[in-house]
Amino acid sequence: MYQIIRQIIKTGIKTEAAPQSDESLRVTPAHLQQQILDAFGGALSIRLVDAGSCNGCELEIHAVNNAYYNLEGLGIKFVASPRHADMLLVTGPVSRHMEVALKRTYEATPDPKLVVAIGECACNGGIFGTDVDNYASCGNIANVIPVDVAVSGCPPTPVAILQAILTAISPEK
Amino acid sequence: MNNLHPNLQLTPFPTAIPAWQAPIVAGDLQLICHKVRESGGRLVAIWGRDRREAGFVLHVLLLTQTGLLCLNLPLSRQVPSYPDISRIFPSANRMQRAVYDMLGMAALQAADQRRWLRHAAWADDSFPLRKDFDAQAALRSDLDDYPFVRVEGQGVHEIPVGPVHAGIIEPGHFRFSVVGEKVLRLEERLGYIHKGIEKRFESSTLQQGAKLAGRVSGDSTVAYAWAYAMAAECIADKTPPDRALWLRALFLERERIANHLGDLGYLGNDVAFSFGFAQFWILKEQVLRHNAALFGHRYLMDAVVPGGVSVDLDEAGKKVLSEECAMLTREVQLLRRLYEEHAGVQDRFIGTGRVAPKLAAQLGLCGLAGRASSQAWDMRVQFACAPYGMLDVQMATHQNGDVAARVNVRFDELLESLRLQREIMANLLGTGDLAYPLASLPANGFGVGMVEGWRGEVMVAIHTDAAGNLDRVHPHDPSWQNWPVLEHAIIGNIVPDFPLINKSFNLSYSGCDL
Ligand code: SF4
Repeated sequence: MYQIIRQIIKTGIKTEAAPQSDESLRVTPAHLQQQILDAFGGALSIRLVDAGSCNGCELEIHAVNNAYYNLEGLGIKFVASPRHADMLLVTGPVSRHMEVALKRTYEATPDPKLVVAIGECACNGGIFGTDVDNYASCGNIANVIPVDVAVSGCPPTPVAILQAILTAISPEK
Repeated sequence: MNNLHPNLQLTPFPTAIPAWQAPIVAGDLQLICHKVRESGGRLVAIWGRDRREAGFVLHVLLLTQTGLLCLNLPLSRQVPSYPDISRIFPSANRMQRAVYDMLGMAALQAADQRRWLRHAAWADDSFPLRKDFDAQAALRSDLDDYPFVRVEGQGVHEIPVGPVHAGIIEPGHFRFSVVGEKVLRLEERLGYIHKGIEKRFESSTLQQGAKLAGRVSGDSTVAYAWAYAMAAECIADKTPPDRALWLRALFLERERIANHLGDLGYLGNDVAFSFGFAQFWILKEQVLRHNAALFGHRYLMDAVVPGGVSVDLDEAGKKVLSEECAMLTREVQLLRRLYEEHAGVQDRFIGTGRVAPKLAAQLGLCGLAGRASSQAWDMRVQFACAPYGMLDVQMATHQNGDVAARVNVRFDELLESLRLQREIMANLLGTGDLAYPLASLPANGFGVGMVEGWRGEVMVAIHTDAAGNLDRVHPHDPSWQNWPVLEHAIIGNIVPDFPLINKSFNLSYSGCDL
């Protein structure tokens, strides 16, 4: 126990300042009332859906939970069920085999809800192409469910992911 | 290897590892597989190829004590079927089913003929990797109905999980049959993130293909990009410059370091030791930041290219990595002690999710999970491609086959990778060429590449057509072998231990769903 406490003290606090929201990431005009956004801003629950990613974007979503980005320190946490979630983070192109599961997850998320598309593939199909040129892909997330904010990058950095989440819960400027 | 069968006509591949190919006839397939199995060999991968008027070809890649052996079995256009080998190598089961789904080439008399990669998104009788596949005409949105195996008996009930899981993890379906808390049976169903990767290779240039290979499984991007480059260089019969090879090894070890750090953190987290998660992820983040600063990408995507590498390391960068290495070695040793001395952590690790060495050998468990169950295979040791031949890699093994053993192997490999990183940097002197450009490939070529990724052996095979374009590319993830073994590892354990057992393997979905 002594060793563990010593290590915690030695490590110190690593958390860095959170980024500002970025209006350019918004794809759908903000549609939630200020009151709701304020409530979300205080304690936001997120459900991740990998709709067909290569797992690269997931690595960075894991990273936003580390001590440097400290997502939970902002009152934001990942939850195990869409029924407990206010926001869906969705990665990947939507594989045709995940189309139904993604729609059902979206439907299972209570209103009002927000959707943030994470990564190049989620924005435009990425390297795997779209429904036009790939028999197994539905293309970007917005082809399957409504998207509020989208961030590109292959994969986007943890800061960019944080920024996208914060943009979704900020009032439109 | 010639003693496997009198008819075997072996031709060596000009690749960086010892590898041969041989044409065979259908009647010899099972016999040769039997011989390889009896002499302690393993199945690596199975894939098919549509050669239009010339019919189909089945490729079976085996690993023997002397190297890789690729059997090429031509099949007729009318009846593209071949003898089942899943009775000899159980891991062939899902691979054979995937070959059918993609090409309509059937394994005769195989016990399990259910579909694997195809759910219901395209017509039952069309096969995406056939050259005449018409995507528009084949499109379906049928209801998916998979015949799971049911366990009957008093008090048995089923827990279906997924495809959308509770954690931040890729999608797949797990069907548990349980009595109380105890798992009687687990059946996996994957294929949810099948995104047509193999078909996509066929319309890619050599360079686009390299990027795509690096995104088959994002956590193993270096391993895939290197295996792909190795296969291309095998066809072109070219060796990259020395400096590029050293840098590739540096990248591959850094990929191993980052993944082991992350998983060791999560393994702590899964037994409610969140201190472990916090600590290991601070270390991992520092590795990723150094990757970004020195090589331009946190996960080193696109750093390995056909012909060499795209980024260099200068003296200032070497200094940064040396300091990082010293810090990591110190911290990892300390955290290892804390994990080992923590009674609660060890209580959850020891004896959980055990795969006995005998079962591991029987089912073909490979990679780090295999080594934790006494399966002593490591490409960097037995079939070291340059520069590993000059590095004297120490293989980590364990015989207990439980979560604790897999944790131990990870710690050993992590520290070994840190040692290797220091040695590699000592060999990166001065400057030198980063790549011998490889603009295109010769016609009608066939090459294989295989490297030891952090999870296990990652293989890529490339076939070129008469114009030297990519005709067929098959990437193979070690998870193909290991997913079926996970079904055994959980038997007799309690459901709440599944996340822990699963994490100790940490298998790839994307790498197998393709
Ligand atoms: S954006 Fe890049 S990292 Fe993310 S899923 Fe697509 S290929 Fe993978």
